[in-house]
Amino acid sequence: MHRIVVLGAGTGGTLAANRLRRAFGETDASITVVDRDDRHVYQPGLLFVPFGLAHAEDLVRPRGHQIHKGIEYLVDPIDRVDIEASRVRLDDGRELPYDVLVVATGAVLAPEETEGLTGEGWMEKMFTFYDPQGAEALAERLRFFEQGRLVVDVVEMPIKCPVAPLEFCFLADWFFQQQGVRDKVEIAYVTPLDGAFTKPVSSRRLGGMLEERGIELVTEFNTGEVDGPGGKLVSYDDRQVGFDLAVVIPVHNGASYVTRSPGLGDPLGFIPTDEHTLQSTVSPRVFALGDAAGVPASKAGSVTHFEGEVLVENVRRFLAGEPLDASFDGHANCFIETGFSKAMMIDFNYDTEPLPGRFPSSVGLPLMKESHLNHLGKLLFQWFYWHTLLPGRDIPGVHSAMPSAGKDWRQAADEEVRT
Amino acid sequence: MTTDTIAGTVVDLDDEGFLVDPTRWSEDMAAELARRENVDPLTERHWQVVRFMRRQYEETGSGPNVRMLAKLSGIPVKELYQLFPKGPAKTAAKIAGIPKPRGCI
Repeated sequence: MHRIVVLGAGTGGTLAANRLRRAFGETDASITVVDRDDRHVYQPGLLFVPFGLAHAEDLVRPRGHQIHKGIEYLVDPIDRVDIEASRVRLDDGRELPYDVLVVATGAVLAPEETEGLTGEGWMEKMFTFYDPQGAEALAERLRFFEQGRLVVDVVEMPIKCPVAPLEFCFLADWFFQQQGVRDKVEIAYVTPLDGAFTKPVSSRRLGGMLEERGIELVTEFNTGEVDGPGGKLVSYDDRQVGFDLAVVIPVHNGASYVTRSPGLGDPLGFIPTDEHTLQSTVSPRVFALGDAAGVPASKAGSVTHFEGEVLVENVRRFLAGEPLDASFDGHANCFIETGFSKAMMIDFNYDTEPLPGRFPSSVGLPLMKESHLNHLGKLLFQWFYWHTLLPGRDIPGVHSAMPSAGKDWRQAADEEVRT
Repeated sequence: MTTDTIAGTVVDLDDEGFLVDPTRWSEDMAAELARRENVDPLTERHWQVVRFMRRQYEETGSGPNVRMLAKLSGIPVKELYQLFPKGPAKTAAKIAGIPKPRGCI
């Protein structure tokens, strides 16, 4: 009987374990899932918490309830992984030998790695909405923020959900209008990138949307220090951006046990992983998906969902001694909330930048265009998350490989001619 | 893509000025590539970073990002920015003749 151990019961670990359970009979493989706690947070919902549109406690469900019958579930911190001996050691001393290890322990926030960020002013004038406590505390602060300068700062890429900080800006613009104080609040978006987003077509579109809303865009800003008492961000090349209230997306690392496990991860704690097969390059028995995987894809739930299908097929092939030929294309798909009950959708992969058109085909949701329908899609997605994505089922019409039909390829062609 | 002559060698550069074929690079080209990035002179400390980027690329297929570069090389992020004010990973990769470190979104 094969022994499969899955580390992490977030989006990736849960959907991988549930898919693996269906792929293997209970007499063919044992599946054990480990997580350090029993709180599964619906992370896309955190964006709405600061604006009073959601409450953090409503976004949390027990991890164990999302994991199907026939899967062993252990709640205990991971001490380390021994990739030579193919064994996981838990904090309480238990050892879990494995034939295949699936690493899905995500990314952790490291605000303490930015000078000054967790110093004087942290959780008073500097916040993050990337965890439930920060999002709740920020909601309290925003309710009474009637004038001044709000700065949304991305310290470093990659981050989880790269569009979330932009969505935060759009929602802040909407929120302050609702409060009747928009004319007394300045909003600035500060990014290390050279535009609002990474790829040319979407960067122009999103940059234009910031401009339409009167949101200042500060680019190529590599935050070296956050000075709470002085109310300013200072870049490594000594530029300064002043703030009364800073919403900061801290740098991300992999889970701490990864750096304690010799040879398992890179110095930041992510798992070096083949971007197509999702097998790690550190050991053939180790696979990784989601935010924990060091692949050049977005750290986003949709990516993790699309990776799941490929990962399970390749684990099956590996255990059967077959070549790994399932291939992940880097597919990502995000709803971007833009305020006033509208949202926009983008769809892309390793090779294709986000393009306008419709998703998943010419009679689908509009791409790169604000619409009420996309906003409804974003709200409905929470239901799909708990009931379709985590159980490891496919969402009807949405597949692992990025769809090409429905995209306006002329826009991409234009781009190539121009550059 | 443009064709250019650097330190007597004809090479192709991409739109951002990165060498298209890293195997065409030689140490002689570094000083001129550095001048184009306003890194002048190229000191021994710069060289340490450039050689490190080159080695990382040869071993892993990609240059590291700045925080990883700092952890791996032992040179603090702050000093890396003093050496390469416009972005250490990107600038050092360009001088080392390797592709732009694969940024992720």
